[in-house]
Amino acid sequence: MTTQRVGYALLIVLALVAPTFAYPVFLMKALCFALFACAFNLLLGYAGLMSFGHAMFFGMAGYFYGHVVKAWDMAPELGLLAGVAGAALLGLVTGALAIRRQGIYFAMITLAFAQMVYFFCIQAPFTGGEDGLQGIPRKALLGGLIPIKDDKVLYYVVLAIFLFGYATIYRVIYSPFGQVLKAIRDNEQRALSLGYEADRYKLLAFVLSAGLAGLAGATKAMVQQFATLTDVAASTSGEVVLMALVGGLGTIIGPVVGAFIIITMQNYLAATGEFVLVIQGAIFVVIVLAFRKGVVGELAEWWKRRRAG
Amino acid sequence: MFELLGIPPQALFGQLLLGLINGAFYAMLSLGLAVIFGMLNVINFTHGAQYMMGAFAAWLLLGILGIPFWVSLVVAPVIVGLFGIVLEKVLLKRIYHLDHLYGFLLTFGLALVIEGLFQWKWGSSGAPYPNPIPGGFNLGFMFLPTYRAFVVVAALVICLATWYGIERTRLGAYLRAATENPTLVRAFGINVPRLITLTYGLGVGLAALAGVLAAPIQQVSALMGVNLVLVVFAVVVIGGMGSIMGSIVTGFGLGLIEGLTKVFYPPASNTVIFVVMALVLLIKPAGLFGQTK
Amino acid sequence: MAETLLKVAGLQAWYGESHILHGVDFEIRRGELVTLLGRNGAGKTTTLRSIMGILGKRTGSIAFDSKETIGMSSDHIARLGIAYCPEERGIFSSLNVDENLRLPPIVKPGGLSIEEIYRLFPNLLERRYSQGTKLSGGEQQMLAIGRILRTGADLLLLDEPTEGLAPVIVQRIGEIIRQLKSRGFTILLVEQNFHFAATVADRHYVMEDGHVVDMVASSDVQQSIGKLQTYLGV
Repeated sequence: MTTQRVGYALLIVLALVAPTFAYPVFLMKALCFALFACAFNLLLGYAGLMSFGHAMFFGMAGYFYGHVVKAWDMAPELGLLAGVAGAALLGLVTGALAIRRQGIYFAMITLAFAQMVYFFCIQAPFTGGEDGLQGIPRKALLGGLIPIKDDKVLYYVVLAIFLFGYATIYRVIYSPFGQVLKAIRDNEQRALSLGYEADRYKLLAFVLSAGLAGLAGATKAMVQQFATLTDVAASTSGEVVLMALVGGLGTIIGPVVGAFIIITMQNYLAATGEFVLVIQGAIFVVIVLAFRKGVVGELAEWWKRRRAG
Repeated sequence: MFELLGIPPQALFGQLLLGLINGAFYAMLSLGLAVIFGMLNVINFTHGAQYMMGAFAAWLLLGILGIPFWVSLVVAPVIVGLFGIVLEKVLLKRIYHLDHLYGFLLTFGLALVIEGLFQWKWGSSGAPYPNPIPGGFNLGFMFLPTYRAFVVVAALVICLATWYGIERTRLGAYLRAATENPTLVRAFGINVPRLITLTYGLGVGLAALAGVLAAPIQQVSALMGVNLVLVVFAVVVIGGMGSIMGSIVTGFGLGLIEGLTKVFYPPASNTVIFVVMALVLLIKPAGLFGQTK
Repeated sequence: MAETLLKVAGLQAWYGESHILHGVDFEIRRGELVTLLGRNGAGKTTTLRSIMGILGKRTGSIAFDSKETIGMSSDHIARLGIAYCPEERGIFSSLNVDENLRLPPIVKPGGLSIEEIYRLFPNLLERRYSQGTKLSGGEQQMLAIGRILRTGADLLLLDEPTEGLAPVIVQRIGEIIRQLKSRGFTILLVEQNFHFAATVADRHYVMEDGHVVDMVASSDVQQSIGKLQTYLGV
């Protein structure tokens, strides 16, 4: 336990000084994806539900944020709120339908709904279609107290949002609710026979995960000042799965590590075009065949073995 | 000319024909997906990429070796099917003992690799494939291009042949039995691992065959299967994967529904299949022809 | 005396982590009908499954017709001439009766023809186009036995063919098993029903806790009845 605390303290110090040596916009983007991946992992790692359509929450929340802040000219806080609420609502509708099937069908259904949302976004007037929503203003937060035009200031806002989201997930996982989720994941029949209404727990987890993915997506729109089709596309749904997988499913910090690895990789490989996809695909293959525990999972295993012998 | 509900018949029948053609592809692809899932317990996310490979194989055979369409119709699926067999032997067979999810992720990763490589080599804009049977018939109420009529008929024949192969032949009996209880089938002396490899090869070949048929209608491009496979997933959820005939009927039916939507409410034509999926989940969660699994 | 067809020696087997067989030894001569008796959990079914090669991990020796099969895959073992009729019968619901019957491939000459099998089980002929699992329990059992007679296998492994069946049907299955023996099949029968076993078998092996603990010839059953009852807890 103490090692874990020391670890977290070090990470927070690192996060606080990070803008002095790394490009803040990169850090903010990575933090948004890290929160997105944690939200996804809450569902897969702790409730055993693999959503292959999480981009719909992430991307739609970006549009909601942009629309509220730009078209309606309202405060960014309201934009974030709209992003979270909209994504959670979308999660409620799609989740209620998707949990009617199990296992791999659940993944296909969420994927199909995300594709539906994607087609909707291409046509709907408020998303700006192929162009997306551009030039979302960075208005000051808290009624003018915190100006976020400066990337370094905004970085600390994004860090705070990330920590809030991370803490929420942490609390959920270690709450009685989280214990029930894990029981359902491990053996749904037994959980049912113990009197837990598995479907309600799954749906609540789904809505929560969707809302947090929405928070990540809205924050990303705040940082980048645009919302586009890329964030609702199936490729983004795949990316978040990859991040969680690379970092380690079912480890709470794994998705954060995975998100930083993948975003860094994309940064370096951006110039190679199609090869980003090829390499991401290859990583999927290698991880599934050889490192299913992910970076954090494998490291934990190695550490345990080292201590044991 | 008469009109139906304010729609000129040319437009109506034209869209119905398009719907039927799309349905033909949904049927062929969902069929392969269902057969593969039955034996391998893997949802083959690579299906769209293998469909694309079929079209590309035909295009390359024509462009490089001058091999005509009718030969490619046989040769291209065999080439892509053999590629599928290699994939199965080298990669897929390592994950059968794991949760379904890993098969999904593995084949998703493979699809990214394959589509990325084709995009890198040939770009994503696409190339035309010449129509092997130009011309058509004037049916009075509409013009029917010969090749499109051929595609619908060919797809029907392929689907029914697949149904016959699985439901009425000895090899099909092995397949059905091994889908139910592979251990026992193996204990009867049947080489089930080889049967699994063969099934994957056949399913992949079927996807490639659909790709060859699609080549003269669509542009041959690296990403032609990307969105299609997602629609086919919805088709599979709607139909359920338990029944071969169910897959065929669902595929063609959804194509027609999509065509009709294009006539009466065009903005929803992209999404109507997903709406149908949502309705089916509400009313009959196991799918129209599925058993709960 | 006939040659030994199957010789099992020091057989150990595991289901996942649990160690079920701890060194099983017995043998069957060609043309013999031998039973494995024992209480639930003694390891009888596991022994059959080990011979058939459908268990994850097994060690020791199983020699069939003097060929060592311990490392072979189950399809390979079946092709040597061993056929298996599982306890749960394993009728395929997606196949009709006729397809079920024709499913196991012929591995060598000498099996019964389809016509002979239908003559042996006239009920199956009547219902040959019904879905396999729509048959009654007794008919399913006959189908499960019938379909392994075609393949030409010399050794039949029958796992509790009388379980849960009405006395008339048990009697009918007894007749069929005797008929099969007279046709020259070698049979290894797992039974809980000792009275049934005693009417058909040449010899009985008794299993307890993953070992063979005793062997009783049918001719000695009367003298050994007390001992057997203790073993079986009846």
